[in-house]
Amino acid sequence: MTILEFEKPLYEIEEKIKELKEISESSGMDVTEQINTFEQQAMEYKKELYANLTPSQRIQIARHADRPTFLDYVKLITTDFTELHGDREGTDDRAIIGGIAKINNQSVVIIGTQKGKTTKENLIYNFGMPQPQGYRKALRLFYHANKFHMPIITLIDTPGAYPGMKAEETAQGTAIAVNLREMAKMEVPIIAVITGEGCSGGALGLAVADRVYMLEHSYYTVISPEGCASILWRDASKADVAAEALKITSEDLLKLEIIDDIIKEPLGGAHCDYETAGNNLKETIVKAMDELKKLPADKLKEERYNKFRRMGVFCQ
Amino acid sequence: MTVKDWFEQRKEMQIARRAQDTQIDDSIGKLWIKCFNCNSQLLRKEVEENLEVCPKCGYHFRINARTRINQLFDEGTFEELFGNITTADPLEFSDTETYKKRITLAKAKTNMNEAVISGIGKIEGNTVAAAVMDFEFMGGSMGSVVGEKVTLAMEEALKRKIPMIAVTASGGARMQESILSLMQMAKTSCAVAKLNEAGLLYITVLTEPTFGGVTASFATLGDIIIAEQDARIGFAGRRVIEQTIRQSLPADFQTANYLMKYGQIDMISSRAELKSTIAKLINLHKTENKK
Repeated sequence: MTILEFEKPLYEIEEKIKELKEISESSGMDVTEQINTFEQQAMEYKKELYANLTPSQRIQIARHADRPTFLDYVKLITTDFTELHGDREGTDDRAIIGGIAKINNQSVVIIGTQKGKTTKENLIYNFGMPQPQGYRKALRLFYHANKFHMPIITLIDTPGAYPGMKAEETAQGTAIAVNLREMAKMEVPIIAVITGEGCSGGALGLAVADRVYMLEHSYYTVISPEGCASILWRDASKADVAAEALKITSEDLLKLEIIDDIIKEPLGGAHCDYETAGNNLKETIVKAMDELKKLPADKLKEERYNKFRRMGVFCQ
Repeated sequence: MTVKDWFEQRKEMQIARRAQDTQIDDSIGKLWIKCFNCNSQLLRKEVEENLEVCPKCGYHFRINARTRINQLFDEGTFEELFGNITTADPLEFSDTETYKKRITLAKAKTNMNEAVISGIGKIEGNTVAAAVMDFEFMGGSMGSVVGEKVTLAMEEALKRKIPMIAVTASGGARMQESILSLMQMAKTSCAVAKLNEAGLLYITVLTEPTFGGVTASFATLGDIIIAEQDARIGFAGRRVIEQTIRQSLPADFQTANYLMKYGQIDMISSRAELKSTIAKLINLHKTENKK
């Protein structure tokens, strides 16, 4: 597993404890008491470390190579997942994957951005950066959900919509805009979860939802801190400062009333314990579905409109 | 270098120059301006009378929101609404300069209080709701105020059952308001959904330049999308794309003509014809079977 820079002191302590255990075993010396104390101290240090992460440390966890991907979560929280491919206009963008599945016996349409864990996989999934055709595939699946009265679940982990020549030629901006507008028209519940990176319009294009959640260490922002730093500070190395200024953590967004709740991650991040991460995610989705199921379609739409209508801070 | 290359290079340089604003040439005084497209020295007054279009080469200079409103609406019919809504600094944002200071500077520079003017006015006798953006105010960036005033204009159209016109000029979302800016894309697009469901005509006019979060929300959601001549329109900026794909892009990339070629807009209009084009479209949509 990849050890992040700020985790190194913790890793070293854990290694030392392991060493101590080995020594005590081979030499027959009884140091159980010391080991217990060290372990306790390490645990406390760990808790404190992860409770006080800086925004750029959170980003490192959100971008962790081993972080569960969309397909991992699908496996963890659904049954009978059946992928539906293609935008029906010539492309099957692999950066957005969608299909039908069951969550606790409820049929849902589940859609998400997909990242790879290896370079080879990332080339297939384009590092989780969708082309316009990915958004159009998602749109087609939104309509499918609406037609068959299934809730829509979206899981978002993207560094942004792909900035390429072909993407511009096939109208990246329009594809995202249309999704924003059409999600507003859906008569079924929509639940969106930012699971890793939630960058810019590329993330929002799947996130005009009745409930929006963030995993604890995910981030959600108008622009990547690197991009922001290179524009406003004219210096990409100021990304840490930009990350701080942009207020991108789950706690910040809850405070700003942009998201409905934070989904707890296992200590050290979702990649340390897939099962717990999946269970927490599932629990939140199921609870939200139960609440939203009770609302008639027009009420659901009205509340969704009002939710986004309220967003923004200005003087009057 | 072949002659063909020379022409190619010259064309690229011309287009690159267009990226810069027209500037008053202070060495000559405020009476003259220089066209960045054809290099002609032009009488300021002559350019103004020609709707801020170069009388020599026809290049369309950027214009601010007030000039646009004067050109587009029947004289004395435009009534500004929601002008009391002004910028807050909810994140207390600061980069190399504080956001508050940037707003103060932008206000002083433009004599506007934000990057959009919303209101009601008449276009050849047709009453419409409108939101007109101003690139001079912090690059026309969309923060909470822009999102709110665009949405309010759309809600005004809904209330009065009249067409909605949005004239865009923007570099994208306003970074200084971070996630709140991103949410303005959702807010404005949800309001377009309401216009759609009410069967009201929504026309967007994309002007130089329209990019990022504005392109990816209400700008490209028009029932009819008009690009003004010489406008550059896109989602990602040219430089970002070049850095990503590591190759240079065609000279006409993201121009109105380029978008037309790729089926993204309904038409390109010159500034001179814009008003009559919009009026014609409104009249063509006056049908008997109203919802």
